[in-house]
Amino acid sequence: MHTVTRPIIIFLCICLVLLLLFPAVGGPFYTELVTKIMILSIFTISLDLLIGFTGLVSFGHAAFFGIGAYLLAILFNEVEHINYWWSLTLTLSLTGLAALVIGWLSIRTSGIYFIMLTLAFAQMCFYFFFESPHFGGDDGIFLANKPEIKFGTHQLIDLENEHHYYYFVLAWLVGVYLFLSMILRAPFGHVLIAIKANEQRVRALGYSTPHYKLVSFVIAGTIAGLAGFLEAAHTSFVTPAYLGWHESGMAIMMVILGGMGTLFGPVIGTFIVVLLQDFLPNFTEHWKLIMGGIIIGVVLFLPNGIAGLIYSISNRFTSSQKEHGREHV
Amino acid sequence: MESSFYLIQLLNGIQYGFLLFLLASGLTLIFGIMGIINLAHGAFYMIGAYLCYWLTGITGNLFTGILLAIPLSILFGYAVERLAISHLYNRDHLYQVLLTYALILIANELQSIFWGNDVHSVAIPEVLKGSIQLTDNQAYPIYRLFISSACIVLAILMYWVIQKTKLGMTIRAGASNREMVQALGININWLFAIVFSMGATLAALAGMLSAPVNSVYPGIGDNILIISFVVVVIGGIGSIKGAFIGALLIGLADTFGKVLLPEMASMVAYALMAAVLFWRPQGLFGKV
Repeated sequence: MHTVTRPIIIFLCICLVLLLLFPAVGGPFYTELVTKIMILSIFTISLDLLIGFTGLVSFGHAAFFGIGAYLLAILFNEVEHINYWWSLTLTLSLTGLAALVIGWLSIRTSGIYFIMLTLAFAQMCFYFFFESPHFGGDDGIFLANKPEIKFGTHQLIDLENEHHYYYFVLAWLVGVYLFLSMILRAPFGHVLIAIKANEQRVRALGYSTPHYKLVSFVIAGTIAGLAGFLEAAHTSFVTPAYLGWHESGMAIMMVILGGMGTLFGPVIGTFIVVLLQDFLPNFTEHWKLIMGGIIIGVVLFLPNGIAGLIYSISNRFTSSQKEHGREHV
Repeated sequence: MESSFYLIQLLNGIQYGFLLFLLASGLTLIFGIMGIINLAHGAFYMIGAYLCYWLTGITGNLFTGILLAIPLSILFGYAVERLAISHLYNRDHLYQVLLTYALILIANELQSIFWGNDVHSVAIPEVLKGSIQLTDNQAYPIYRLFISSACIVLAILMYWVIQKTKLGMTIRAGASNREMVQALGININWLFAIVFSMGATLAALAGMLSAPVNSVYPGIGDNILIISFVVVVIGGIGSIKGAFIGALLIGLADTFGKVLLPEMASMVAYALMAAVLFWRPQGLFGKV
């Protein structure tokens, strides 16, 4: 894990200002696209908590994204006026419960077993929704009405309005970012990072590492469920593909490309991958070939991702400053 | 009627289990000996099926198609190991997952470039056409019996290679202690290349054998990959015996699941895996 240095904070603040200003210049299509990217970023940040901070390589994280989306669509399908806070609370608690069960079974194993188990459980959830005739099967399911955010009788934020929703999702993204950076600075987070570095040593220090891993898994699953909830409320449509293993694979790609072990890295990775997915099909029908080539390139030449690059640049910057200071002394 | 119906399902389940064993045995050896998590294993199944379709179409005969496809699969597995997998030794599983995932994307796109996105069928040769009449209206196709017997022959061959030959001795030694094998002066790169292309060829063979039954279509390798993972996890990583038992269990569970619980059929295999792992987290024959 890297400490957040001042150049990084300045960089993040510039990114935030750019995101705040974007809808004014971006036009409706790109505003919608960036909304989608920010929702996916919430999902990939939560995956980074597992991969980059706790050292748990989950290959089934898309399951929780899909469960969050499906729960909103299933539980509130017939409801005319969906209370936003109630639906969110219910969806997230149930997603957290699913993460607790799957996590409890999975963290008993480690290494390759953990990867394959999370993958297999995600496939199990996928087939549950794919084959079940009650939940739309392979066609997916529509959500008739969007949740309403009301304060008394006054409607606070209109989720039908693309600009409202953009800022709403941005607020969630910033909130999740701050929440996770708070957790990671707390003693709990230090234990997670230590588990990634050397689990045996942490256990020798008297920590019950399975409990820490499980809590991390549940937090990550619940945040992924939040992203799924936001996506379902955005598009009013949920398909089993949300839970598919290709989604989990692409999410890992986004985390690694952006830089795991940093909270802002996954956001950068998500932006790049989704923009490429949007951009490449203009050139060739076989754009996944290029995508595969990019992934191989990242694995071989950029294992620390773009955040790693940013850190090495900012380190050079701060160390040259220090040398500069030393000359004066 | 009832009992012959269940007999047919039993035979189908065993036949599916044998096919899964061809995939899972390679996968489990690649895990156990090379320490590589190979998501591209399903891609070899897909390539086997497409090669079989293509070469059978050219030569007009399934057997010559398969015979020509086998050396191609060996070469292909060897090339993938040298070009991609060999960069992954001693790296974190995370990067192995990512790189082999990229190989799937590439293999699927190449398949769509070379062979298109249509569903193709492969003709069963005259000798193996027809079926055995069990009762008035229940019959069992001969070709499926051929698949099962081919798998049994391959399994015996594999047993012989692994238990009785010098190469097999090296492979077994590599599975139990990789460093010691290296210390004894055995070229581990050579061993890895052989194990990988052997596993790839077994997966491709499974694809070839099942092509006439399941037809050939895009994404054919993706679903079977995950089921093979389930088999490996149930059997225990690195254990061929475990892969055999796990494959038969999953083959039977899946087949009978489709008959008895049609709405939840695809979930039965995963539920079985969860149950086994609840009882034994390291799999049936896995080492702790």
